[in-house]
Amino acid sequence: MKNLLNNINKAFDHRIRLGIMSILVVNEYADFNTLKELLGATDGNLASHSKALEKVGFIRVEKQFIGRKPNTKYYATALGKEEFKKHVEALERLIKGK
Amino acid sequence: MSSEDYLKDISEIKNLMSKSSRFISLSGLSGVLAGTYAILGAVYAYWLVNKSERGYLILDGQIFRLVLLDMLIVLVLSISTAVYLTTLKAKKNGEKIWDATTKRLLTSFLIPLVAGGIYTLIILKQQRYGQTGALMLLFYGLALVNASKYTLGYVKYLGITEIILGLLCAVYPGYGFWFWVIGFGVMHIVYGILMYFKYEKQ
Repeated sequence: MKNLLNNINKAFDHRIRLGIMSILVVNEYADFNTLKELLGATDGNLASHSKALEKVGFIRVEKQFIGRKPNTKYYATALGKEEFKKHVEALERLIKGK
Repeated sequence: MSSEDYLKDISEIKNLMSKSSRFISLSGLSGVLAGTYAILGAVYAYWLVNKSERGYLILDGQIFRLVLLDMLIVLVLSISTAVYLTTLKAKKNGEKIWDATTKRLLTSFLIPLVAGGIYTLIILKQQRYGQTGALMLLFYGLALVNASKYTLGYVKYLGITEIILGLLCAVYPGYGFWFWVIGFGVMHIVYGILMYFKYEKQ
């Protein structure tokens, strides 16, 4: 059991963080509002969780302006994709193990 | 966390992946209707050509213009039906009709289709009529396969079917009309029904 849990990543141990990664691994990028709508999260909630993922280097953030409106784009990094894959595989093994 | 929580995580991951990257509100019913229009249009064209004195189609006659108009009407009707029914379904699913997913879906569909359409016109202009049916089927199939990664899985199989029909049609250009009827009529109805039963009827 201990072995199996090794690959369960603490960084993904929250619904919103797991959701952000799920969206970013299958899309080239997603902007703030898209993520918000898909996850049903509040601004502050999404901002803090994305910051946590950015800190560990799993996602990359690009800020720019479209006209006068700020637009934030989120990308999954190669490291983030790799870690997410391991996490999902670990989850699947845990389910099958039972 | 218990096993149930893990299971919930996995299903949420899968759900978000597909919701964020695929447009799922494509209406199967609109496929059935498009196929029906195509068959009706083809029947009319067939009747037009056969009642004429010549009994076959030449390019600058009155009948050719009528056939062209006939095809145009089929095209416009099919597109408007698809847009209308798909919008309805998207509203029902709470899915946006104009977002990143639909934009990607449309661009990946239109690029091969428009390129193929222009190429078909060029071929027509050079009076190589025999291959037009094959080219239309082939490029339509390629456009479908290309767009299928952003929508329901059946679109890919419809695309592959159209490609095969297009290639067969190129080998037997004399039966172009029939391949066209099968590709744009029968196949739309068949796949429309399959999609309707798989995704819409609950």
